[in-house]
Amino acid sequence: MSTFLGMPAMRAGRGPSPDAAPGTLGGVGRPEDPLHWGATFPDAAKAALENEQLRRNLGNATRTIRTKRARVVGEVPDWEALRDAGSAIKADVLARLPELLETLERNVTARGGVVHWARDAAEANRIVADLVRAKETDEVVKVKSMATQEIGLNEALAEEGIAAVETDLAELIVQLADDMPSHILVPAIHRNRTEIRDIFLERMADAPPDLTDVPRELAMAARAHLRRKFLSAKVAISGANFAVADTGTLAVVESEGNGRMCLTLPETLITVMGIEKLVPTFDDLEVFLQLLPRSSTGERMNPYTSMWTGVTPGDGPQEFHLVLLDNGRTKVLADEAGRSALHCIRCSACLNVCPVYERVGGHAYGSVYPGPIGAILTPQLTGEKSDLPYASTLCGACYEVCPVKIDIPSILVELRAREVALAGSAPDAGDRVWKAAMKAASFAMADGDRFRRAARVPRALRAISRHGVIKRLPFPGSLWTRSRDLPEPPKQTFRDWWAEREDER
Amino acid sequence: MRIALAATCIADAMFPQAPKAVVTLLERLGHEVVFPPAQACCGQMHVNTGYLAEAVPVVRNHVRTFAPVADGEWDAVVVPSGSCTGSIRHQQRMVLEGAGLPAEARAATAVAERTYELSELLVDVLGVTDVGAWFPHRVTYHPTCHSLRMLGVGDKPERLLRAVEGLELVPLEQAEGCCGFGGTFSLKNADTSAAMLDDKVANVVETGAEVLTAGDWSCLMHIGGGLSRAGTGVRPMHLGEILASTREAPVHPADREEVSR
Repeated sequence: MSTFLGMPAMRAGRGPSPDAAPGTLGGVGRPEDPLHWGATFPDAAKAALENEQLRRNLGNATRTIRTKRARVVGEVPDWEALRDAGSAIKADVLARLPELLETLERNVTARGGVVHWARDAAEANRIVADLVRAKETDEVVKVKSMATQEIGLNEALAEEGIAAVETDLAELIVQLADDMPSHILVPAIHRNRTEIRDIFLERMADAPPDLTDVPRELAMAARAHLRRKFLSAKVAISGANFAVADTGTLAVVESEGNGRMCLTLPETLITVMGIEKLVPTFDDLEVFLQLLPRSSTGERMNPYTSMWTGVTPGDGPQEFHLVLLDNGRTKVLADEAGRSALHCIRCSACLNVCPVYERVGGHAYGSVYPGPIGAILTPQLTGEKSDLPYASTLCGACYEVCPVKIDIPSILVELRAREVALAGSAPDAGDRVWKAAMKAASFAMADGDRFRRAARVPRALRAISRHGVIKRLPFPGSLWTRSRDLPEPPKQTFRDWWAEREDER
Repeated sequence: MRIALAATCIADAMFPQAPKAVVTLLERLGHEVVFPPAQACCGQMHVNTGYLAEAVPVVRNHVRTFAPVADGEWDAVVVPSGSCTGSIRHQQRMVLEGAGLPAEARAATAVAERTYELSELLVDVLGVTDVGAWFPHRVTYHPTCHSLRMLGVGDKPERLLRAVEGLELVPLEQAEGCCGFGGTFSLKNADTSAAMLDDKVANVVETGAEVLTAGDWSCLMHIGGGLSRAGTGVRPMHLGEILASTREAPVHPADREEVSR
């Protein structure tokens, strides 16, 4: 079974690509706040839409994963029951999170681990930096982790003179390009294989000079580069897919084996985990280990599943630290309407089916959490005013595939209501226009007589129609007619036709 | 049966051919159609844009207008729109509960339970798939997101279309992909909406169909606007318009104004 790395083919040719000038391969740079950065969504989306190569890369990649996922999910006769089970377990976890976290702490400690609690990104970064410094090393290896992306751990460590080396292939590509991930699972989905080859040649000192864009060659170059890091690192940093409260067991699932190297080779292992990643018992893993790989990579099972419980003398890391990260999660938990966003197991199925994500890519969302789940999670975690809840047509494809049944469209609607409320306290010009329009429409649409008169208004547009269509309207109608025609409004509304017909009878 | 028609605000003002076709069709099938004139809009646009307070009077008006269906005065309410039916079924109660109107929220639930999108009414309630229509044209069908996912109409529209005499139904590539309308999404994220539309238009053109049909004029307005701008000549028509067409009173794809009699 092959693992999809997000590397669609661009050109068949070999050798340096003609447009690979030095400096053109850099990414979006590393933002101050990885949870919220960059331009507004509509502006960032517009820029992304103009990049035709990006659109092709994304279209190819998401279509491939979508097809694979649909096929392997279709093989499971009790898929809907599994989704229900996953959702129920997560609801249970959220309902008794404090109790389960204390159970986890007790069990990790009993097995020789050390548990740290971090309220926010700064606190988590401080804890990790202190732990690394205590080991007197200036380089650590990392297995891909959304939690450490979220808190900007690599940048925080860099400020302390500690280099954090990403060992996930796609994450390494992103790191070398000074870029940000654009997908939760496939961080370099926005890059094609030629770009990746060029990034390696330009930024990876020990890349073979005759490197081609064949995926296997790229993977082997990264493997050689990383092996030296694995063998020399004293400290590793990981995230966690799951933590089992009643055994103190942590779990990481992955495709490449790089994670297992991090989890087993270094002397010290530091795991940073969002507090919602808990499951109550070991048996609960049965549900998620079926749901996660099929939903994310479209595989029946991921190639590597690593579990560890505290420390074992003489085998693996001899020191284990678990950093439990809040960073806004308890705020989300307190929100009845949006809390099920914390069910998320970061599978990315919603990104791969989202028609908006497919067109604009992850960077447009300006957060480490892009796509539909990001559109509900990011504004809830930050609590700031955001245009992300509007970055959806509410088509419902995300809800349909979510393995833990997060009703993303309904939460988006709730969050839009919150945005309207936030806009009410400090409205800008756009907010005022929308409010006025919605109030006027509400007045006209709350009464049959008023609507009868309002419905006749479009008829006036017949004056500017040609051959049955209107090609240009003044603002804000121009937002519509820039890309689409409007059919000529009818001479008579339905209700006027009905009234006439009734009179004739 | 006595069936009340919720015409939808957009069809009432812009695409009367759809509710007219529903009237023609249901009367042909021997049912009585009632149009309560106090109706205006289901409130979907306000809810989906986040203006819940502004949605309340709109939703209240809808629930009050159609409340007689709960008392048995009518047998059902029919809506020629998947998304409006979805809003009536899944959002109205929530809006009224949120506004602290529990009694009206219960009334909304009672109305919603007897409200059907057109293909649901025909297949599930009236038990027909062959409505005796004749439409000798090449047609492709776009399953709108809300019909497909919010209502779960499944293949009912296609079953109805396949029973139409003379109609050639051609499959649409990436049919389940959203067209990019999304109500106010098409204005708030105009560029992304246009990019999604481009792909949908290309897929429709690829079918070689004369007519694109769907159960919702809002999506058809969007895709139809793109088909028109691209000069494709493909005509958007509501499912009901096709089902209303017969040998005796044929509807031609090019006729926009007069659909029924």
